[in-house]
Amino acid sequence: MWAKSVAIAALAGAMAWASPGQAEPPAPYDITPELIDAAKKEGSVVFYTATDVTVAEKLAATFEQEYPGIKVQVERSGSERVFQRIGQEYSTGIYNADVIETSDAVHFLLFKKEGWLTAAVPQVVATSWPAEERDADGFYAAYRAHLSVIAYRTDQVKPEDAPKSFADLLDPKWKGKMVKAHPGYSGTIMTATHALSKALGWEYFEKLAQQDVMQVQSSTEPPKKLAQGERSVQADGNEYNVFRLQEEGVPIEIVYATEGTPLVIGNAAILKNPPHPNAAKLFYAYLFSIEAQQLNHDFGGLRSFHPDLKEKEGRTALKDIKLLLPDAPALESEIETIKSKYEEYFGT
Amino acid sequence: MSSVASIAQAPGQRRRFDLSGPIFLSLAVLLSVLVILPLFWLLVYSFTDKAGSFTLDNFVTLVTDRPMRRSFGLAIGMALGVGALACLVATPMAWLVARTDLPLRRFVRALVTASFVTPPFLGAIAWEILAAPNSGIFNNVYRWLFGLDSSHYLLDIYTFEGLVFAIACYTFPFVFTLVANALDRVPSDLEDASSILGGKWLTTLRRVTFPLVLPAMLAGALVAILQALTMFGSPAILALPAGFHVVTTKIWSLFQYPPKLELAAAASIPLLLLTIVLLRGQKWILGRKGYTVLGGKSGSPMITRLGRWKWLAVFFVLGVLCLTVVFPYAALLKTALTRTVDAPLTWDSFTLRHFNFVFFEFSATRLAMFNTMILGLLTATGVTAIALVVSYLVTRRSVLGAPALGVLATAPIAIPGIVLGVGLFLSYANPTFRLYGTLWILLIAFLTIEMPAGYQQLSSAFKGIHPELEEAGRILGASRLKALWQITAPLLRTSVIATWCFVFIGTIRELSATILLTTANTKLVSVIIYDLNESGDLGAISVLGILLLLVSFTVVFLASRMPIGSARFQPRG
Repeated sequence: MWAKSVAIAALAGAMAWASPGQAEPPAPYDITPELIDAAKKEGSVVFYTATDVTVAEKLAATFEQEYPGIKVQVERSGSERVFQRIGQEYSTGIYNADVIETSDAVHFLLFKKEGWLTAAVPQVVATSWPAEERDADGFYAAYRAHLSVIAYRTDQVKPEDAPKSFADLLDPKWKGKMVKAHPGYSGTIMTATHALSKALGWEYFEKLAQQDVMQVQSSTEPPKKLAQGERSVQADGNEYNVFRLQEEGVPIEIVYATEGTPLVIGNAAILKNPPHPNAAKLFYAYLFSIEAQQLNHDFGGLRSFHPDLKEKEGRTALKDIKLLLPDAPALESEIETIKSKYEEYFGT
Repeated sequence: MSSVASIAQAPGQRRRFDLSGPIFLSLAVLLSVLVILPLFWLLVYSFTDKAGSFTLDNFVTLVTDRPMRRSFGLAIGMALGVGALACLVATPMAWLVARTDLPLRRFVRALVTASFVTPPFLGAIAWEILAAPNSGIFNNVYRWLFGLDSSHYLLDIYTFEGLVFAIACYTFPFVFTLVANALDRVPSDLEDASSILGGKWLTTLRRVTFPLVLPAMLAGALVAILQALTMFGSPAILALPAGFHVVTTKIWSLFQYPPKLELAAAASIPLLLLTIVLLRGQKWILGRKGYTVLGGKSGSPMITRLGRWKWLAVFFVLGVLCLTVVFPYAALLKTALTRTVDAPLTWDSFTLRHFNFVFFEFSATRLAMFNTMILGLLTATGVTAIALVVSYLVTRRSVLGAPALGVLATAPIAIPGIVLGVGLFLSYANPTFRLYGTLWILLIAFLTIEMPAGYQQLSSAFKGIHPELEEAGRILGASRLKALWQITAPLLRTSVIATWCFVFIGTIRELSATILLTTANTKLVSVIIYDLNESGDLGAISVLGILLLLVSFTVVFLASRMPIGSARFQPRG
């Protein structure tokens, strides 16, 4: 059925298993004056992103200053919404976006299978990125990483009473005091839920659900609920939002749980048939430059794989944190199970 | 009556070409395309599996899946709760405003319009700011007043009751407006007759006035119930944090990866059936009674003096308005101007950075505002025009098969916006139409979604006008169209403007269908507010919300000043 296939492709983000069909990654490229000129002729670049909107807009503004005459159109949404939108657009032959970035590594596996990406490797990625943080065929690379962390309000919880581990969150004293984000909505939380269910078992979530946890959707939201004073502790949520709120003077503190903290990789890629191919290449290379990565880190609180990055003072370095590493290929087949288990325990 | 009608068809008339036929045909085609196409895809989907072959599994899942059943139960409970609460509050209010010497009546009407203009999702966000158990302003004040610690709270908006309340706040105007308009139109002849025959004030109210406005109240309640049942924004904002789904949020969650389109389509079929049952029920209740109240003659409505009850009534009305308009708006304003939500409003916490962000840093604002306004104007005008003609054809039964048009125009009310979004996506986002990514697909969506509201409003207005007036015109040689334009249109002026505003407001507050149909270039304010809510940016939401409200009020204000029809007709002289 024709319409059927359109619809499935559209809303499913197309699951047909096309072969990648590319063996060699393309040669790495640099930002050259010719590239800049060509990009300026195109005049703009469209960026679909799942990074916090203030951070993404700031990055766009910095790029516009660096390359006057090229406007960045930022389209920020949750990872799953960005994914859904690209699915709808590409299956109907609409090519609006140049560069895409989400915090769900599974998306990029699917995009690549679907043939929706343009292979491109900025020089810095080729020379400095760890091999496991970039696609072997050159279709995408880890633009950012962040953690899903426990955090608490220091004015409502004394440091000595604060939870030290995920197990501590099951203490009845936190009943009605916690907030957490949703794995069906947030790629970060899906990745983290997968990692935690492997590390702690589903009993952890079953017990956590008994604690009257406030359920929000995006992983950017729990830190903001702490900032509002609506809850005292977040069971999960973005580390980078906590950093940003701390810098604004909100009294919150991060806990790196003794069981380990889930790491989440956010890939970026140039889409197939970008409306502004040169601007897309320029912007994509810019995303991995030390300027952009340092800005993401300093202003946005994100982690980076750039070797020259200067760790901001007062933050725990990635190497000093016990991490629970993501496993995107394994996660891909378990998404359905995770969602139904989660609904069984938490009600949504 | 039949003799009058046959005179209208007098030989002298026959030479003039009557446009009803062609108009009827083109409307029938238009409405069919608007309504039947997405419904067709919906049905096809609900009966197919992933591979595209016929199955009943989707419906089996609906019945056997416990979370699914629960979401249906909760949604129905919620909708009935909203309907009951809306009637309970709006009917006395409408009576007080229309039929008593309550002070500040005009002011009250204006403020009810304000709560109607408020998009429910914005209201829900405002109520989060006011009544979240820990950070809510009311709870903070409560704890401060009684010196309680942080484990105490007075209100929790993240509950079933909270949700019903927050939705009723922004749906009661449906009941209010319809009842108040009906009370304006009910002439005092019947009430006078009742008092002359010795009926006491209360007896007259109960036996004469109330039955006369009962249809309006039921129609309003029905709209409120259906609005609640198919609403997505408020439950998404209030029910999900509380850990429960209603049907719409459940359907929405079926679109998350990996999507279950077929189940989503199947889940909307019971909603459709439920709506049809409700509509039949309304017909059955009203069926045998004639409610034509605006004839060629009318007296002015009877005004009751409240006397010493006056202040109690003022207290009630202002209390309602505080809960629906004053407090939520104040909360939004405060949030727009302070750094964080729980900070008190002082010089220290005062900031304009949310304004700065929305106007200068956030790149989507201007485009979204422009798109929203354009679509609002086009939809309101389109729906009003179509609904006017359809309700005329249906109420006057001038063409064979006209009632079918009425059914078509009402049918979309049963389709949850999010499901309609899918249906429209399937129908228009393909190589034949390629409308996805343009404003046209949104316009089609809004025309479809708003048609029932427009049609309900105008057809109930038509039912209130006796055909004798038009018939008089036609006897005197006017064509059907001329009679419609010169006699009926001016009589309907208030209703037409009200409908236009209803639709305009309905459009700018629509979220559920929009969410699947917008792209980067066709962004709407409601969608960016929802996006911002997902990432918890309450300050920016408040700024955008205030902006949206200001523009909406301006449009509604201007519309209410616009002369429509050739004459200004004042029913009460």
